[in-house]
Amino acid sequence: MSAITIVRQLSEVVLAIAIAPLFGGWIAQCRAWLQSRTAPPLIQPYRMLRKLFHKDAALATTASPLFRMTPYILFGTMVLAAAIIPSIATDLTFARAADAIALIGLFATARVFQSLAAMDIGTAFGSMGARRDMMIGFLAEPALLMVLFNAFLLSGSTALPSVVDVRTMHSFFVDPSLLFAAIAFLMVLLAENARIPIDNPATHLELTMIHEAMALEYSARHLALLEWAANLKLFNYACIGFALFLPWGIATQGRDGGVALAVAVGALLVKLVLAGAVLALIEALSAKLRIFRAPEYLAISFLLAVLGLLVHLLLEA
Amino acid sequence: MAAEKTDEQQVKMFGNLACSRIRVDREGWISTAEQLSESGARLLTLWGTDDRDQAGGFRIDAAYLLSDSVLVVEHRMVDEGEPWYPSLAGLFPVALRMQRAAYDLLGISTNESDDRGWLRHGGWPQMVFPLRRDVDGSQQYPVVSQPYSFVSVEGDGVHEISVGPVHAGTIEPGNFRFSVVGEKVLRLEERLGYTHKGVAKLFESLTQHTGHRLAARVSGDSAIAFSWAYCAALEAITTTTCSARALALRALALEHERLANHLGDLGSLGNDAGFAFGFTHFSKLKEDLLRANSVVFGARYLMAFVVPGGVAADLNTEARSLLLELYDALETSVINLRTIYDNHAGLQDRFREAGRLDRSTAKRLGAIGLAGRASGLACDLRVDHPWAPYTSLAVTMMTQKGGDVAARVQIRFDEVVESLRLCRALLTENDSGVIQATVPTAQSNQLGMGIIEGWRGPVAVVLETGRDGGIHRCHTHDPSWQNWPLIEHAIIGDIVPDFPLINKSFNLSYSGQDG
Repeated sequence: MSAITIVRQLSEVVLAIAIAPLFGGWIAQCRAWLQSRTAPPLIQPYRMLRKLFHKDAALATTASPLFRMTPYILFGTMVLAAAIIPSIATDLTFARAADAIALIGLFATARVFQSLAAMDIGTAFGSMGARRDMMIGFLAEPALLMVLFNAFLLSGSTALPSVVDVRTMHSFFVDPSLLFAAIAFLMVLLAENARIPIDNPATHLELTMIHEAMALEYSARHLALLEWAANLKLFNYACIGFALFLPWGIATQGRDGGVALAVAVGALLVKLVLAGAVLALIEALSAKLRIFRAPEYLAISFLLAVLGLLVHLLLEA
Repeated sequence: MAAEKTDEQQVKMFGNLACSRIRVDREGWISTAEQLSESGARLLTLWGTDDRDQAGGFRIDAAYLLSDSVLVVEHRMVDEGEPWYPSLAGLFPVALRMQRAAYDLLGISTNESDDRGWLRHGGWPQMVFPLRRDVDGSQQYPVVSQPYSFVSVEGDGVHEISVGPVHAGTIEPGNFRFSVVGEKVLRLEERLGYTHKGVAKLFESLTQHTGHRLAARVSGDSAIAFSWAYCAALEAITTTTCSARALALRALALEHERLANHLGDLGSLGNDAGFAFGFTHFSKLKEDLLRANSVVFGARYLMAFVVPGGVAADLNTEARSLLLELYDALETSVINLRTIYDNHAGLQDRFREAGRLDRSTAKRLGAIGLAGRASGLACDLRVDHPWAPYTSLAVTMMTQKGGDVAARVQIRFDEVVESLRLCRALLTENDSGVIQATVPTAQSNQLGMGIIEGWRGPVAVVLETGRDGGIHRCHTHDPSWQNWPLIEHAIIGDIVPDFPLINKSFNLSYSGQDG
């Protein structure tokens, strides 16, 4: 392991932590424009985090250590995930330790802790949010796995960096199976990140909440970490999407000097700007689904991913 | 009413609608109610009064809406240690909560088995009845939390979710107890009364000529309806005639109130279904209207516009052209937004079939106003019992059959367009004239009733004059009394996350009902 690899790995993690809130702020800004509102400043999420870190945390008297640990665990898992996902470079120290299936396991770990913490206080809303999130999760995970299998079949590996390496070798070659997978992935991304049409991050209606209901009892630094972790999760999902479907620009094995890294960061920013605008557009155009439509929605996503696999097998044969 | 009854006595009363008042004994109280129930009358409001200072004991009154008039039935509970009257809840389910409230305020009970408190949340001791004349309204008591037994549902996997009274959003307080299996609602029980402010007691310390200011503040979203109802009651007692100009301006303000609330609700309904685009656009339209209000009426929210004898101020000279321009702009935007709402598959999927209240249930429960019309009950006082200036406006009643959230959305769209038509008609009539008549001080012990169809439904104010221009009793009634229980039925079988949307589609008042 050379020093340059460590630098690359470190810079990727730091970049993720630093710009994840910015990505959230950009989506909020686009959404405001699309709804004919005056947009909040781009750095609003950072101000929010600063405000929360300066507050004194209030804890329920029934809170167990699990409740307090969870924000740190969540933040930690999301940072670890950011270290595994090749957002700017493929030659990563951590990426060798875990493949994409382990990555899904990492997200599942975060989900389990968050759900347990939500139920820990014993309020009706926490449990309600936890069980809804579990329902979304157990439907979204298989769909996400199927999406990844599409990419694995193309690259012959379950590691995201090698998917990127293989995909970037064919310049701008679009595999039809990946088109299906991309739509499926977009649907999973919206569901997993508590966005419209599955959840509404802006709602104040406690009975309709999923993700927010689980965060209701948190305050101050705990809430700040949860918010930051949520931003990181969205950033991570976006980067998984880029790695699978838009890998161009990422510094690949052997071509990852300083210039290539700078190009990769630039490419990432451009992709994030575009992805944020697309996500905001989808959210502005849709209403929230009735919660029992969520299984149908995720079943469609699963089906699309399976169709992608079938297309791939047919074309190969 | 029944001619063969000998124990019935006609008593004088006044009102802006055709009305009559009879005094009955305890048997007459229930037999009259039975006849009225059979004839399809609806219970409008019910209130108690402490008349012991006039050697009358306690009195209970019920006002019924008949097809062509209003009938007030009163019963005096004299010479009794424990004043009580027969419950009307079996005939008119809406009576139940009003009876419970009357007990909390006056200590007059019924033979009803549900004797849980309604307004008293431990804010005053159990044996203190604040509306009694021997209780000083200025007395402070320590708050003692009261247990309240919600009806529980037993069964495999049934659990309860308690929501409120403090909510995550900035809204009024109310406690909603859901019994659910998974996400499915088996039963909802409401508990309200958290915003009880003692309005009725406060009225008794005001004069007849200042009471309208308090009436305007009973429920802020219906300020015009309440203050007009109060003034109508006072004007009826004193036989004051308002000028046509003043009445036209009142109606214009009332329609503005309807427009502002409907526009706000249409936006909020979009927002609650996760469609924030609708929210921002309807908020803008509502804001345009409120700004126009502040230009032409001098205030965004019209708390001080309706005064006894007329209105506080006439429109200024530029008002007419400004308003006509606004109405055109509003109409165009609302029609465009309606097309967007109607064609948005996701939004319609949320609205349709959610919170369905069929016609027979609505009728049985005594639904009135907007919610009643959305379930196919044709009831709009502006059409059924028009009062000036609505007598000459030929209001078109909007009804829907669906009874679901979508129907309540459609009613609002229809009524916005109709209100804009009324506003235009009101602007072209009587462009000048006296705006305020002098209202003399009324004699004591006169009962007047003002009933105004506000945006939510009929708002009623019952004013009983006291000595020297004072108020003996003033009862305010918001249509939310009738319509809150509807939500408990509309939600059954729906899922928990749909409740906020269903609740918003009714958008009932907490403050107006708690009093």
